[in-house]
Amino acid sequence: MKSFRELQRNLKRDASGMAKVRLAVLADSSSQHFVQAIRGAAFDRHIALEVFEAPYSQIDAQILDPTSELHAFQPEFTLIWHAGERLLERFQTTPLRERAQFAEQKIAHVADLVTALTERMATTVLYLNVAEFDDGVFGSYANKVAHSWPFQLRRFNYRLMELASERADLFIVDLAMVAADFGRSFAHDRRVAAMTELLFSFDFLPVMVDRVLDVVDARRGRIRKCLILDLDNTLWGGVIGDDGVENIELGALGAGHVFDELQSWARALKERGVLLAVCSKNDERIASEPFIRHPDMTLRLEDIAVFVANWENKADNIRHIQSILDIGFDSMVFVDDNPAERAIVRMELPDVIVPELPDDPADWLPALRRMNLFETTGFTEQDAQRTEQYRVEASRRSLRANFSDEKEFLRSLEMVGSVEGFTSYNLPRVAQLTQRSNQFNLRTVRYDEAELLALTQSPRHLCFAFSLNDKFGHHGLISVVILEERGDGFFVDTWLMSCRVLKRGVEQHVLNTIADAVRDRGGVAIIGEYLPTAKNGLVKDHFESLGFVAHNGLWRLDLSAFMPSEPFIRTHTFA
Amino acid sequence: MTAETILADVGRIVRDVLDNEDLVVVRSTSAKDVLEWDSLSHVQLVVAVERFFKIRFASSEIVSFSNVGEMCDAIEAKLKSI
Repeated sequence: MKSFRELQRNLKRDASGMAKVRLAVLADSSSQHFVQAIRGAAFDRHIALEVFEAPYSQIDAQILDPTSELHAFQPEFTLIWHAGERLLERFQTTPLRERAQFAEQKIAHVADLVTALTERMATTVLYLNVAEFDDGVFGSYANKVAHSWPFQLRRFNYRLMELASERADLFIVDLAMVAADFGRSFAHDRRVAAMTELLFSFDFLPVMVDRVLDVVDARRGRIRKCLILDLDNTLWGGVIGDDGVENIELGALGAGHVFDELQSWARALKERGVLLAVCSKNDERIASEPFIRHPDMTLRLEDIAVFVANWENKADNIRHIQSILDIGFDSMVFVDDNPAERAIVRMELPDVIVPELPDDPADWLPALRRMNLFETTGFTEQDAQRTEQYRVEASRRSLRANFSDEKEFLRSLEMVGSVEGFTSYNLPRVAQLTQRSNQFNLRTVRYDEAELLALTQSPRHLCFAFSLNDKFGHHGLISVVILEERGDGFFVDTWLMSCRVLKRGVEQHVLNTIADAVRDRGGVAIIGEYLPTAKNGLVKDHFESLGFVAHNGLWRLDLSAFMPSEPFIRTHTFA
Repeated sequence: MTAETILADVGRIVRDVLDNEDLVVVRSTSAKDVLEWDSLSHVQLVVAVERFFKIRFASSEIVSFSNVGEMCDAIEAKLKSI
C-alpha cells in the first residue's frame, strides 16, 4: 500500500482522460489530509476525483440548506464522517438520564440527514461508522450498563447497519472493522490529533480512503466476480501428484487447518455469488480427486464453475476461464502460492488482480481479508445460484460444438422467455444488473431500486425485465430495457443484457417484444443511442445489426418497415 | 551525525513534504517564510522527521519550534541521548 506522501504526489499527475467522479466530504473534524489521500488513491484507480470539502463542521447546514454549495455541487457520492471523538464529546455533555437513548437519537439524526440529501439530489450516501474505543469509565462492566459509552457506541454502529439495510441509498463504510484490524495505536496519532483536529494517523489515511473507494468502485460497477485458485500448496499443503490424495495437508494433517480456513472462505464467497475457478498445473484426473473423495475438503467439484488442470501456461488458462465466464479480466482475482506464476499472470494479464501473499500460508487469509477484494453493493438470491448456471453453460458449449447450423442449435435449446415489468420481486436484481453490467450495456445508466420504482410509476416510461429458460435450466433475469416516450416514438434509455446469453437470439427477441409494446402505445419508431465506455465495445454495432438506421447522431427504427425476425424463444407473458 | 548533516536531511524532508524542490532551507527558515507551511503540513513534517531519525517528540516540543534551527537542535539532542 502506498504511503500518504506517495498518494499526495499523485495529485500532481495528469488525471485528464480518467473517469470523473464527484464526491462531497462532510466531516466534523479536519478532512484536508483525508481529501488529499482519497484523491491520490482515486488516481491509482483511474478516477479523476473531484471533491467538495464542506467548510469545517458544517455538515448539517450544508445538507439541510438547499441553496448550499453542497447542493450546487451535485455530488454523485456524499461522505458523512462523524468522528468518534466528537461523538464522545456529545455523549459526555448529554444529561445522564438521557444517555441510554443517545444512540437512538443520533441514528434519527443520521436518518434525517440521509433523507434530506437523497430527497433533493441523486447522490449515494456513504457513512463512516465509528471506530470503537473505551472511555475508561466502567471497564468491562459497561457491557451491563445501557447508559455507558461502549454500550451506546456499539448500539450506534449496530443501528447504522439496520438503517443501511432499510435504505437503498445509504452505504456504511466499515471503519470500525478496519480500525480494529489495524489497531487503534496504528490508526491514531494522539499528538497529531491534539494539534490539528486530524484524528487519524498519516499511516492510516491510505487504509481508510481505500475502504471508501472500494464502495465507490463497487457502486460504479467495478466488482470482482471470480476467484481463481491454484491447488498444490494453495488449497491444500503438498503436491497432489507427488504426495497422493491421502497425504496432502488438510484437516488435522500438518498445517491443514490453514488450508481448511482458506477453503471455507472461498466457499462462503461462492455462496455469496462469487464464481470459483481452478487453475492448476496438474493432471486433471489427479487434481480433481481430492474434490471427489477427500473427507476434509470443504470445496467440492460442484462449487467450481470452471476447473482447468493441465500443463499449459496459466495466463492462457485464465484466458480460457475468462472466455467461458464472459466477464472482464479486471473482475477476476487469481490466488497462487508460486511467486513466478503470479508474476507471469501479472505480466500477461495486467487487469487480473493477483494478490501478493505473505511467505507463511498461515498469514494468507488475514492478508486476503484485509485486501477487501470482494466489496459489493448488492446481493440477491440469484447470486447464490450463479455457479450452477455457469456449470450448465459449460455443457451447453460442448453441445454447441455438435451443431454446425446456428439456427438448428438455437431451436434445439427449446428456449422460453418471459417478460415482466419491474416488480417488487425483480427490482433488486434489475438494480443490480444496471449497476454491474458493463459489456452489453448501450448507455450504462446506473439505477438504484428507488429510482427504478419511480420509473415504474412514470406514465412516460415502459420497463421490461426479460427472463429465460431452456432445456438445461433457468437463466433467471437476463435483460433489462427501459423506454422513454419521446416525440412520435420511444427512446431506449437502457438496454442491457447478461453476457451469458450472447448469441442466443435474445436481442432479436427483446426487439420483437418492445416493438409490439411501442406499437400498442401508438409509437411509430424506436430511437437508440450508444454511449461508448471502456468496456462496452461489444455493442458498438448493436442497433445497426438490428436494422436501425443512423439518424441525427442516434439510431432510429421505423416500426412501419420493421419485420420481426424468426423467434427462437417462445414468449410467456405475465399478466 | 553532525549539525550540518542533520540540517541537510531536514532540508530534504521539508522540500519533499512541502512539495517545493526550490526551497532553500537554512537554520532561520520558519513557517512564516514558506507559503505551503501551514499547521497541517507542519505536523506531517514533524512525523516525517521523527520517522527518518527514529526519534519521537513530545506534543509540547512540536508546537515550540519557531524555526528549522530549533528543530535541528532538538533532533541533535535526542540523537545524543540515545
